[in-house]
Amino acid sequence: MNDATLLIYSILKRALISGTPLLLGTLGEIYTERSGVLNLGIEGLMAIGAISGFGITYATGNIFLGFIFAILFGIGLSLIHAFISITLKGNQTISGLALTMFGLGVSGFWGKAYIGKSISIRIKEIEIFVLNKIPFLGDLIFKNDIIIYTSWILTFLLWFILYKTKWGIIIRSCGENPLASDSMGVNVNLVRYISVMIGGALSGLAGAYLSLVYTPMWIEGMTGGRGWIVIALTIFSLWNPSRAVLGAYLFGGIYILQYILQLRYKISPNLLLMLPYFVTLIVLLLSAEETIKKRIGAPKFLGEPYIKEEK
Amino acid sequence: MILVERRKTFTPIQNFLLIIIFIFLSLIISSSIFTLKGLNPFYVLSKILLSSFGSLYGIKETITKSIPLILCGVGLSIAFKGKFWNIGAEGQLLIGAVVATWFGLFIGKDLPSFILIPTLFILGFIGGGLIGLIPAFLKVKFNINEVITTLMLNYIIENFVSYLVYGPWKGKTQYGFPYTDNLPQNALLPIIKGSRIHYPTLIIGVILAFLVYLLLFKTKIGYEIRVVGENPLAAKYSGIDFLKVTLFIMFLSGGLAGIAGVGELTGIHKHLTYPFQISSGYGYTSIIVAWLAGLNPLVVIFSSLFFGGILVGGDIIQTSFGFPFATINIFNGLMLFFISASYFFVNYRVRFVRVKHE
Repeated sequence: MNDATLLIYSILKRALISGTPLLLGTLGEIYTERSGVLNLGIEGLMAIGAISGFGITYATGNIFLGFIFAILFGIGLSLIHAFISITLKGNQTISGLALTMFGLGVSGFWGKAYIGKSISIRIKEIEIFVLNKIPFLGDLIFKNDIIIYTSWILTFLLWFILYKTKWGIIIRSCGENPLASDSMGVNVNLVRYISVMIGGALSGLAGAYLSLVYTPMWIEGMTGGRGWIVIALTIFSLWNPSRAVLGAYLFGGIYILQYILQLRYKISPNLLLMLPYFVTLIVLLLSAEETIKKRIGAPKFLGEPYIKEEK
Repeated sequence: MILVERRKTFTPIQNFLLIIIFIFLSLIISSSIFTLKGLNPFYVLSKILLSSFGSLYGIKETITKSIPLILCGVGLSIAFKGKFWNIGAEGQLLIGAVVATWFGLFIGKDLPSFILIPTLFILGFIGGGLIGLIPAFLKVKFNINEVITTLMLNYIIENFVSYLVYGPWKGKTQYGFPYTDNLPQNALLPIIKGSRIHYPTLIIGVILAFLVYLLLFKTKIGYEIRVVGENPLAAKYSGIDFLKVTLFIMFLSGGLAGIAGVGELTGIHKHLTYPFQISSGYGYTSIIVAWLAGLNPLVVIFSSLFFGGILVGGDIIQTSFGFPFATINIFNGLMLFFISASYFFVNYRVRFVRVKHE
């Protein structure tokens, strides 16, 4: 590889890695929102995933245990949101904000002991036989860590379930028309619980990817607003897993672009740090136009608790 | 078994009791987390309460911290009343401080106090208000979720302030710290002796709480705001102009946070510095302050005092037990969880009844 291709290669590679937590989180939020529940607590769930993954890995020396516990903690915390928004029919916006505050609080409290500490364990890159021999693309696509492969499989799987199976119809109908689904014998609340938990699991995993792979050391507030970008990406993806990939890697690229601009053009890092948030606003504007044009909006009953009519 | 029944009425006294229960439960749960660190939760709790309300010094500090909370909390009450989810008070506060720094340091530094200080407050109000208009416009014109836009603006503004204090506005006299030069003496607010209470801001906050209360409950625009918030469909049919109402509430909401920023700058810090040091999370805390007050601007004064105390207590446990600042968010998050669940307790009654065996 010459200098130029090496640069492009390393940009794409890093974009892939920094896009992965965004992709995972977005996939989860797509399911949550499709079932009719708005979860604004992704930032908190990612923070919990990041600290539990880091803490468990640090204590046990086993990185996969770290990932598993991050998923479990993500599910556990998302259940609070599910309980409030589904069973208690509470205000989902406030509950989501609460989840974010609580998650950030717990991660700060728990993480205090780990500040500045790093883990030496890395997950190995897996090379896929033969395909890794393809020039350029081989190294880029077929030589990655298992979480990246998992995120691709999940993207396909979640897309397939949502659009090609009966389960997918059921999940979507709970967000579009819970009353009708209920009369068809669907347990709306159960479907919503499961969807929120899927979101919690994926956000937990996303957080652990941040603290175990992306930056394998503990920094307080290491989620850095990514949870909110996930929510914007969910809108950008028009609630479709296959479009989530596009948005996630685009944003992954923006995180990398910051470093390049800073090193090459000596632009103030503080100005560059504004970039992802600016682009989020622009992306929201663009997707607003698209949702109007394509007539694909948010699930109709997003954010509305389902209340059975009383006799 | 557990029986859930729909409630017919819910009195203000029941509401008050509910809030007390919320606070109590949040305290119990968050303090049980302290036991994980091997600390006696009652000791931690008493430390929090004694440090904020148990001494003259503590009370002074509590009042100091409640000043920005009153202003931001009242502002957020207006926005939330109109069901606009303004999460951006943090950034709007910072903009107030930025505008005040700009004018106080570069433009009006030779003006006498009685002109300069009111000018700073007015400019801070306009600055915060204008920033508040951006998400309002995006929401009404393009249906863009305001939670995300207000939050993104927070992050953008925080980085912008960092850019200013590390870059073009870095003070010549500050030994390389990321501070602007100190504001001139005539831009600084008077304080109550022996405290950090910058009373002009406090007075402005309390007066504005009253004015906003009157606005919300005694005027036509206040009525429109409430209709938009409570029944958007009815608002649409009765011809209420959404754009006008939304822009109005967000200009006011952002403006009040901007005033808080001027107060923090000219009453406490005296120069612009690290964004978090200026805003200290007041913008986020005031979300809870507003909800805990049931979005009533007058009650906000009291919930601000309560949360001012929690913040002071938080500072103390931070220094004496070595807890990170984020710890306070555990309590804040729990409070918000209970508030979000309160619909259920307001509308339903849960009873435990014994099943009779026959």
